[in-house]
Amino acid sequence: MIRVRNFNNDKFSIYWPALAAANLNWFCDLGVDERRVDNRTIYIGHQSSLVNEDFIPPKFCDNRIVSSKYTVWNFLPKNLFEQFRRIANFYFLIIFLVQVIVDTPTSPVTSGLPLFFVITVTAIKQGYEDWLRHKADREVNKYQVTVLENGQETPKESENIKVGDIVQVKENETFPCDLILLQSTRDDDTCFVTTASLDGESNHKTHYTVPDIERDLKSLNATIECEQPQPDLYKSLGPENLLLKGATLKNTQKICGVAVYTGMETKMALNYQGKSQKRSAVEKSINAFLLVYLCILLSKALVCTTLKYVWQSKPGQDEPWYNKKTQKEKDTNLYLKMFTDFLSFMVLFNFIIPVSMYVTVEMQKFLGSFFITWDKDFFDPEIQEGALVNTSDLNEELGQVEYVFTDKTGTLTQNNMEFIECCIDGFQYKHRGASSELDGFCVTDGPVNKLQQKAGREELFLRALCLCHTVQVKESTEQDQREDNLDQVDGLRIDENVLQPPQKERGFIASSPDEIALVKGAMRYGFTFLGLESKTMKILNRNKDVEMYDLLHVLNFDPVRRRMSVIVRSGSGEMLLFCKGADSSIFPRVRQEEVERIRLHVERNATEGYRTLCVAYKRLSEEEYAQADAGLREARLALQDREEKLLAVYNQVETGMSLIGATAVEDRLQEEAAETMEALQRAGMKVWVLTGDKMETAKSTCYACGLFQRKTELLELTVRTLEDGERKREERLHELLGEYHKRAVQDAPPVKAGGTRVCFASNQDYGFIIDGASLSMVLNSSSESNMRSYKDLFLQICQNCTAVLCCRMAPLQKAQIVKMVKSSKGSPITLSIGDGANDVSMILEAHVGIKGKEGRQAVRNSDYAIPKLKHLKKLLLAHGHLYYHRIAHLVQYFFYKNLCFILPQFLYQFFCGYSQQPLYDAAYLTMYNICFTSMPILAYSLLEQRISIEDLIEDAALYSENAKNAMLRWGLFLYWTGLGAFHGLVFFFGVRFLFSNPALQDNGQVFGNWSYGTIVFTVLVFTVTLKLALDTRHWTWINHFVIWGSLAFYVFFSFFWGGIIWPFMKQQRLYFVFANMLSSVSAWLVIILLILLSLLPEILLVVLRNPRDPHIVPLLVPDKHD
Amino acid sequence: MVKEEEDSSNRPDNTAFTQQRLPAWQPILSAGIVIPGFVLIGLAFIGIGVGLFLTSRDIQVLEMDYTGADGSSPCSVCYNLADKNCVCTMSFSIDSLIKGPVFFYYGLTNYFQNQRRYGVSRDDKQLYGDTSNFASPNSECAPYQYISNVPIVPCGSVANSMFNDTFELFKNVNGQSLPVPLDGKGIAWWTDYNVKFQNPNVTPLINAFNGTVRPPFWSKNVYELDTTDASNNGFINQDFLVWMRRAALPDFRKLYRRITDGDYSAGLPAGNYSLKIHYNYPVNGFGGKKKVVFSNVSWMGGKNEFLGIAYLVIGSLCVVMSVVMLIVYAKFKFPEDN
Repeated sequence: MIRVRNFNNDKFSIYWPALAAANLNWFCDLGVDERRVDNRTIYIGHQSSLVNEDFIPPKFCDNRIVSSKYTVWNFLPKNLFEQFRRIANFYFLIIFLVQVIVDTPTSPVTSGLPLFFVITVTAIKQGYEDWLRHKADREVNKYQVTVLENGQETPKESENIKVGDIVQVKENETFPCDLILLQSTRDDDTCFVTTASLDGESNHKTHYTVPDIERDLKSLNATIECEQPQPDLYKSLGPENLLLKGATLKNTQKICGVAVYTGMETKMALNYQGKSQKRSAVEKSINAFLLVYLCILLSKALVCTTLKYVWQSKPGQDEPWYNKKTQKEKDTNLYLKMFTDFLSFMVLFNFIIPVSMYVTVEMQKFLGSFFITWDKDFFDPEIQEGALVNTSDLNEELGQVEYVFTDKTGTLTQNNMEFIECCIDGFQYKHRGASSELDGFCVTDGPVNKLQQKAGREELFLRALCLCHTVQVKESTEQDQREDNLDQVDGLRIDENVLQPPQKERGFIASSPDEIALVKGAMRYGFTFLGLESKTMKILNRNKDVEMYDLLHVLNFDPVRRRMSVIVRSGSGEMLLFCKGADSSIFPRVRQEEVERIRLHVERNATEGYRTLCVAYKRLSEEEYAQADAGLREARLALQDREEKLLAVYNQVETGMSLIGATAVEDRLQEEAAETMEALQRAGMKVWVLTGDKMETAKSTCYACGLFQRKTELLELTVRTLEDGERKREERLHELLGEYHKRAVQDAPPVKAGGTRVCFASNQDYGFIIDGASLSMVLNSSSESNMRSYKDLFLQICQNCTAVLCCRMAPLQKAQIVKMVKSSKGSPITLSIGDGANDVSMILEAHVGIKGKEGRQAVRNSDYAIPKLKHLKKLLLAHGHLYYHRIAHLVQYFFYKNLCFILPQFLYQFFCGYSQQPLYDAAYLTMYNICFTSMPILAYSLLEQRISIEDLIEDAALYSENAKNAMLRWGLFLYWTGLGAFHGLVFFFGVRFLFSNPALQDNGQVFGNWSYGTIVFTVLVFTVTLKLALDTRHWTWINHFVIWGSLAFYVFFSFFWGGIIWPFMKQQRLYFVFANMLSSVSAWLVIILLILLSLLPEILLVVLRNPRDPHIVPLLVPDKHD
Repeated sequence: MVKEEEDSSNRPDNTAFTQQRLPAWQPILSAGIVIPGFVLIGLAFIGIGVGLFLTSRDIQVLEMDYTGADGSSPCSVCYNLADKNCVCTMSFSIDSLIKGPVFFYYGLTNYFQNQRRYGVSRDDKQLYGDTSNFASPNSECAPYQYISNVPIVPCGSVANSMFNDTFELFKNVNGQSLPVPLDGKGIAWWTDYNVKFQNPNVTPLINAFNGTVRPPFWSKNVYELDTTDASNNGFINQDFLVWMRRAALPDFRKLYRRITDGDYSAGLPAGNYSLKIHYNYPVNGFGGKKKVVFSNVSWMGGKNEFLGIAYLVIGSLCVVMSVVMLIVYAKFKFPEDN
């Protein structure tokens, strides 16, 4: 029985950096004593409360996950509060309140109704989303788990798990809370876990049970002390006994663990919040335009108020006898009157800022994003999934991307390793497809007569491959049989042809796909790894004999050492150390005379784009082993600086080895990687490859996918070029940067203003290569002034290069680069695409983050997830382009239609004594944006295809038409505003001249003011709808339906509204006004005339800019084409 | 989250809508369509314009200012309204027949019937004959809601300021003044007369107005507007209806009478006429003008040059533009089309 109460004397204590924990004051246990604030004590199976009676069992939160925002009760107040925090909604609320309080020209209904509509729609949307979250929460919280209570397996709902419960988890289930692993059904007291939903890494991680625990959990009486929950996910994924909620158990039948963190205190929940909002460039444009319109609104109200008082100061105008003021009006203070007049004008003109635009934009984004998820071209049959949209707010940014940052491994390449060749003692062995036999070690360049002598080395090499790894053989359990040809790494399919029939069902599991490739490579040459059983590794050798090796130590791989080793004892008692790792980390540790012949091969393989590893070995004498063994054990048990101590021992052990050979593993390019990259470049995007891989490999990948071409001149800024000369690196850096800058920037012909594309045909292409070390020199140069200039130089060079390759990048450096480009001049839109945990930071940093589907459930950090790289092409070129075009047109159109809506009302003030008389009836004011003109633009903004999807994909250059927010530039905004003003003037004055004689019917009767307004409004509704019809290039039946339907609805509504004396209204202003209008021929004629006059310039522009190329359907740009 | 995705049938629907492949008509406004279109529209507009222009030119209008502000007018004596029942007579002659039916309008200038406060100062429920609103008129009617707590019917500024000049037209034949019959029917909208305005369903009408008072400006009660004709009395008095339909602009005219009866159904023949004006309506306070207009109308309504000219201008613009486009296209586009 163990009772661990001390933090420091056993491995059972949770071991986390104390500093971070100390910063977190947790509320759960209210200080029993000082130490418990930082730590929590957990009684396994709740059995220890007898031990000290005075100790109150601390309260931990339950295992409920609450990701929902609202409950039924607080939904209304909370949601309303949140909505009115938005500046636009608040503005409309103020307008509404002004209308309620002050005597204003329009009834509060006119702005209250749209606001109510907006608020309701948003509330419904948010309510629906919250309901989905509730549902998801419920699914998680009600999930059935098995809890061991007094040794009995009791089914429980997940939400009822308490800290201290012993939870049983079966294979392929996810952990319901953070658990400490107590027992595993595996013999070696380990279990395998994927943390795909936490950090995107889908490889298997090994976790260990707490050592020295009794088999019978029922009688176990122990406590755990661990620190308070903290959210840091990337620092470490917990100590090796901690299983995190959200991770999935793999390749282990069953485990038991004790719950330590539950519910909202689990790492997953703590990491759930805090995804920063990304705002799109379109949104920024909208806000800028809004400001302009707000100024227009204010100046209109000011002008009217001023003119009103100027006008009233003339004798007889203020209070003619027929329009006496009430006593109350007379008594009001002059300035107060002015102020209320100003407010009234604001209210009268407030429709110029469209409430409904926000709704329409949101609906457009929300509904529009479905087209991405619905697109069957994004469906990948292998993983049975299509694209995923996490943020619909950024749809249009996909059409604006200037810089694409891509990860290499897993993104450009498949991360599906295949053993290509190896080299043993300088002889190259190449595997030639499936035709070669087990013994078919094809010698391609080795002298044949040395075969005998070589055989020993070959076998040694292959044994090394078979032994030096952490691969597990997948055990065939019942459910495995069904998926037996599925390799567990990334769910990638094993190439059937490679496997020999008898080994077909053999699956391997490893933390890195390279290892599997190597083990399989060895298998192809006759050495089969049979598995690890209680620290004994079994190998089937060429002669079909089983060799047994005792696995003594594994010196794990880490990215600093870039190598791993195993120490084994062979059947004959020989102690062997096998080591494999990157060339740079192996070569210094082996005898130098062996290096040269291998180096040649390694370098050649690297330039061909293969991932290379070197293999070395060393025989250990008993004494050496004893020394190493002692060192390793001691370091492993160390509680302080364990990492450093281990590293020291590792370095000490891995010396004086002899090099056997090297391997080359191919990481194949993704499907259509080259085509995709080429399309992106032709679309004017700059592609930067950011990878942690080494330069040669990355460079060859770049060549392979066409980012670098033969004629591309490479500018290299790496440690190698920096160390060329005798001088210091700093100087050399300065010199190189200057030189490259001269070549790429100064000597290059200036790129055409406005155009963002680099001319490919005419001039020299440049490619830039930089590595992590050099980058940090550029970014963190010693002197402040240098740093600025280096950074600028670097940026300028990069901007003039067609492709940039950054290799040997740390994850943080990737984000740094993205940030640097993002904040450079012109703030270009950036897009990051990656698949692994190391790409998350750069995905979060970029404007648009895209994640390949490999790290499947971790896609939540990305904005869009697509299954394959090749889908990027359609996503950007077609979807992005269309979304941008649609929403930009939507925004411009909205401002336009509201300007020409309100301008006549403004002009009318000059003819009605500035009395805030509305030109249109309240119903029209309210319905204009909600009903009459909203549906056509919504349909347009969802369905328009100015250029067909095929053409967009075909001709990537079309993408650059929209570059730099082209459709929302001030020039175009002015054009649309001018158009709106023109239309408003035409509407108003056209009818004004008609009304110089208001007798418009053949019976001599006259029309009044409501007829005036109705004629203007009719012209308005028809013109703005037909204007949209003119812009529509893609008429589906939906467009027809909503455009003609809206107009029909307007006519129908007007008849209906004016055809009945509505009992709830005080005034029947519009009674039969519309019908009477239609009985007047003059009214018909003026309506037709004004509509045509308004649209005439449009049609002219369209025709005069009519394309030679059928693709470039005219953008309505005001500059003359011919 | 706990469950692995089990749904493997999440392949997107392959429908035309979800794949954005709905069949679509993709019109391109090419020169081949637009140029003939422009020519056609232009010609049609010119045709309509000519028609409108000619029609408008044929409409005869006789307009007379009788404000009397300048002293030379016969109505100058009445301008200041010193005399309660001031009457003045304007004489005029017509050179040629004004074809009938002739419409007789009165006009006011600088009169803001479209003032907002003025416009809402009415009670449509009262005017609909709803007697409950007789006792408590709409509060918007203030300051013409109550007079010393007695409700005003019809309340409000619009009703109160009803135009109350009346006119009699005489034809001078051989020194005799023969009255020209003026038809006060059919001058208001049919729907106003028949539906929107209704007298309370009380007989005699006067009983409905017990406990109410007439608007202060009025000299007669509303039930005395036309005592000779019950169908033109009360709220459905057509002069009242015409006034209650607010004008759109500050310079307006309203239909006063139609000249359709008897000898004058063919129009007003040439000759000398005198117009006897009962001058009651004050306009000097706000510098307005009053006028009378005799006009006939066509199918397009009263005389209005604007429409015809506008149609002619736009029509010819279309034709000119199509010629310009033709030239542009002939020069730049057509060769490259091939």
